[in-house]
Amino acid sequence: MLRREGLSKLTGRERYVDDLPVDDVLWGATVRSPEPRGRIAEIRYSPTVDWSEFVIVDHTDIPGRNAVYLIEYDQPALAPGYVRHVHEPVLLLAHPSREAVRRAAREVEVIVEPDPPVLDFRIDPGPPLVQYGVDNVLKRLSILKGDVERALSAAPIVVEGVYETGAQEHVYLETQGMLAYLDGDVLVIKGSMQCPYYVLKALKPALDRTEAGIRVIQTPTGGGFGGKEEFPSMVALHAGLLALKSGRPVKLIYDRPEDMVATTKRHPSRIRHRTGVDEDGRLLAQDIEVVMDGGAYVTLTPVVLSRSMIHAAGPYSCDNVRILGRAMFTNSVPFGAFRGFGNPQAHFALERHMDVIAHTLGMDPAELRRINLIRDGQTTATGQVIRDGVDRIRNLDRALELSGVERRRREHWLFNAEHRYLRRGIGMAAFYHGAGFTGRGEVMLDSRVQVEGRADGRAEVLCASVEMGQGQITAFVQLAAARLHYDPDDILIAEPDTQRVPDSGPTVGSRTVMVVGRLVERACDDLRRRLGLGEGLGGDELKRAIADWHASHPGERLLGSARYEPPPGIAWDEEHYRGDAYGAFGWAAQVAEVEVDLRTYEVQVRDFVSVQDVGTVINPTLARGQVQGGVAQGISWALLEHCAFQNGALANGQLTNYLIPTSADLPPIRVEFSEVPYEHGAQGAKGIGELPLVGSAPAVLNAVAVAVGRQPTEIPLTPERLMALLDDPVPPAKRRESDL
Amino acid sequence: MSNEQRDRLPISFTLNDQPMRVEIDPAERLLDVLRYRLGLTGTKEGCAEGECGACTVLLDGLPVDSCLVPAYQVRGRRVETVESLDAESLATYHASGATQCGACTPGVVMTASWIVRHPEVLGRGSVRELMAGNLCRCTGYDGIIEGIEDAIPDRGGA
Amino acid sequence: MTVLLPGSLDEALQAMASHPTALPVAGGTDLLVHWPQRPELHRQTFVDLSAVQELRPLRWTTDELVLGGLTTYWDVIEDGRVREEFPLLVEAARQIGSIQIQARGTWAGNIINGSPAADGVAALMAYDGVVVLDSTRGRSEIPLAEFYSGYKQMRRAPDELVTQIRLPRREYSVQIFEKVGSRRAQAIAKVGVTVTRSASGWRVVAHSVAPFVCRCTALERCLESEASVGSPDDLLPAIREDVSPIDDLRSSAAYRERVMARVLYYGLLEVCPSFH
Repeated sequence: MLRREGLSKLTGRERYVDDLPVDDVLWGATVRSPEPRGRIAEIRYSPTVDWSEFVIVDHTDIPGRNAVYLIEYDQPALAPGYVRHVHEPVLLLAHPSREAVRRAAREVEVIVEPDPPVLDFRIDPGPPLVQYGVDNVLKRLSILKGDVERALSAAPIVVEGVYETGAQEHVYLETQGMLAYLDGDVLVIKGSMQCPYYVLKALKPALDRTEAGIRVIQTPTGGGFGGKEEFPSMVALHAGLLALKSGRPVKLIYDRPEDMVATTKRHPSRIRHRTGVDEDGRLLAQDIEVVMDGGAYVTLTPVVLSRSMIHAAGPYSCDNVRILGRAMFTNSVPFGAFRGFGNPQAHFALERHMDVIAHTLGMDPAELRRINLIRDGQTTATGQVIRDGVDRIRNLDRALELSGVERRRREHWLFNAEHRYLRRGIGMAAFYHGAGFTGRGEVMLDSRVQVEGRADGRAEVLCASVEMGQGQITAFVQLAAARLHYDPDDILIAEPDTQRVPDSGPTVGSRTVMVVGRLVERACDDLRRRLGLGEGLGGDELKRAIADWHASHPGERLLGSARYEPPPGIAWDEEHYRGDAYGAFGWAAQVAEVEVDLRTYEVQVRDFVSVQDVGTVINPTLARGQVQGGVAQGISWALLEHCAFQNGALANGQLTNYLIPTSADLPPIRVEFSEVPYEHGAQGAKGIGELPLVGSAPAVLNAVAVAVGRQPTEIPLTPERLMALLDDPVPPAKRRESDL
Repeated sequence: MSNEQRDRLPISFTLNDQPMRVEIDPAERLLDVLRYRLGLTGTKEGCAEGECGACTVLLDGLPVDSCLVPAYQVRGRRVETVESLDAESLATYHASGATQCGACTPGVVMTASWIVRHPEVLGRGSVRELMAGNLCRCTGYDGIIEGIEDAIPDRGGA
Repeated sequence: MTVLLPGSLDEALQAMASHPTALPVAGGTDLLVHWPQRPELHRQTFVDLSAVQELRPLRWTTDELVLGGLTTYWDVIEDGRVREEFPLLVEAARQIGSIQIQARGTWAGNIINGSPAADGVAALMAYDGVVVLDSTRGRSEIPLAEFYSGYKQMRRAPDELVTQIRLPRREYSVQIFEKVGSRRAQAIAKVGVTVTRSASGWRVVAHSVAPFVCRCTALERCLESEASVGSPDDLLPAIREDVSPIDDLRSSAAYRERVMARVLYYGLLEVCPSFH
């Protein structure tokens, strides 16, 4: 099936929040902190502006609790006298002219008496720098399996490495934006977001309103990638405060520079590996330390750290694993959700390290992976037994075969021996990603979906999952149509509107098709059951039954509904981080071929193959697009996207200085699926959205390592960094014998 | 600042094959006039610096970033926006998965339509090279490039 | 904001003469960058050149190629003769921004914007381009290599317009344009080096490694003298004499210097017997 809203997008008819015509609208702007930490001493309003024309909101205008609530209440909506990061919101302005408000925001000066900031998460803070708990640790977690110390001391070979990843900006093409207005007593929020109910959850305590007093509606969303998971709550709250104070509709639309500097980024990380192996390459012990930069407020950091650590030992079987992790407070613009949610950092370190191990042992990196990849019946780091029928070794071999690895290696050997300054190499990564919320997360979410039989016989899916480009609408149309034996044209998908659709959880975590899609199927079944129809019935028969029901129940609604139930046999121990972390995992293997130019130290990716198992593929075109887009973001995180921080804020907050790839920077990305159905996912589907990004960076770097004969440990691997690496006479990875 | 009296400037141009007369503020960009004066919101602002191409329109037949075109410069000239394209001409993009979130899409299809109408420009670069002025964060570009190649008549297109 | 809309070159020169602080606008691709975020510009006076037909054509004479003040990159890319005789102009043009920028951006605008990273200026300078400036006071002609004196400093009076860029037609035995950006397309140069050789000698032009696009006379002397060059490092003394790269958001001085030496060395290795 073609994308449901595809033509509307292709013809430019799709209306995003900035496209909505609104009468009598005011334009909002945000005045922000110039300093990373300190007390607000004074706010100076320039006398060149007639401030009586402006609506001005500060923290004293917040009717409820001054916080953007999600996990904790620590992040103020507007700084109440003290700031903890550059660009922290201090004041809000609104005016009928967009240009006037933009100009006026520059005419307010926030004077801060600075305190010393923490700007490097890798350094333990001294007492004057502690601002969270007793040690600035936002969250600490550990995962233990077997006896790592003993296994390490018994291991014939121990390989160590430290790996670092940089922040990443989402660069969704549509910037953050919200419209807020009063409809009677109800505050209506419309805008670009992934999670309407998160926005509602944040607005209730801050605005001191009940659920009935707030209505959140998602407008077509021009990309999210996690960047519209938690941050829209802030924008919505700001727009809402301005609308409440002015009594008029307010649009708060970020321009690109503001969006780039003020919103969340992917968490930077430093991950240390100490791995015991035997001479054949079998993993005997994995000792892993994960440290992340959390930024100035908690946001989603504890959950990102958790997902990162659960995946940190990779898709390999190892009896002795210790993963210790912490996320550190810094006075940086808060880091937040980004596609992969901590797992890309984990796998960058792990999969780079696997190649370092193979290099140390003089082994083919593919063989090292084959030996250790989890077979059905073996367990992950948390002790979860994997028994899903996926052949992870076959998928790796298939990716290698598609890339023509053996022929390529021979060709590269000849090419590299002859060419003056170009070097080619091929590299791989094997990896996995848990779909849905971690542990008991899905149970806590308690997601619900309804399917309404309408008087005309058509069916409407009511859920809070949103379309942001990933294909949710199309997938749900397909799932409901198949379940009800309907023509897709007879399936409607309701606009995500918190006063109309139930809470089916956030649109995150690769959970939409697998978890919520399954609820769509079950709500379809429930609809049929309410009419007394048997399982196989549908189509015209069902339509007639629905119409008959409405004839005998005038004015009533016919709703099938479903509520999340965990798959049987899932057990998770939150206290010890043991057990079944996820209902299902997607598994993948990727192979990258690169060419390094030793004149300029530039890396070009020449070919890329991604083979994955995401269960049943619901829509091949959309699924392929998810993989290609995820890979593109991974390649670009590896090579291009450098966040230059100054005072904890992005200094290169423009698309001329912060570069994402153009079409000319990427190779065709070749995609293949192995489809082993997952019995608890919709039509057998597992999550897909995040998986493809997870392995791309290490696959690319592993290829670079082969091409240049050095072991890069840090991304983005900019040409400047590669130059430094090639100048460095000491390769970073060391081999140590067992007498450690 | 609001008591500042701004100049008004009437301009005439051809918009999507129709004559158009509109009074502009000289500080407005073509993008502003299209979106906020004329309500043609298909053209998007992605970066306001000529990097992303989401605001691409055709000016006298060539793709330009409408965020970098002073509105007063289109007087007497021919402007085409995404609103001029019909569904039929977009079928190959629909089939190839060229659009995901849709925010870059109006700009993408304008540059694409220029290539498809003038396949001779492929002598100046491949589709991949010519599309480099339209950033897309969703697709990895393969869906877009396939859609264009399928739309070019002698490349297996209709 | 005020914009003057001259319909002819005479009117344009008059407008420039009577509004000494006015800024001329050609393609707008530099001027309008982040326009909404730069309200200070909205109070300026501008002279729109887009309707001045005299500035459009690209002309050939027996011994010159003459670009007009409004000639765009795309005009040059599309011109088969330019591709034959001045291939580096086409190469530079194709690497400036995207088609959207090439369709609007002008060579004269590239000169007057005065960016040290101007790809177009580098190619013009390597062909001994001459800037023709007109005003109601008369005409001046300045070799591009002598046009700049510092960062964004140039020999243009406020009332002058670039009406032509003249390039002598010569036989070239060496033509190299190397631009290193942060991305394969649509990137601002981090390092650029352009080399030509004709009967008039070697020209080496560097961009993004000094406050303005400049001729590298020490490197030119090195080439003229046919001094033996056995590695990129052998070029470093001359490079250090010619340019002064800096650390900034896009790159580092060390990278710029090193890479300039390397692209020059490998580029010349194929064409210079003194390189080995």
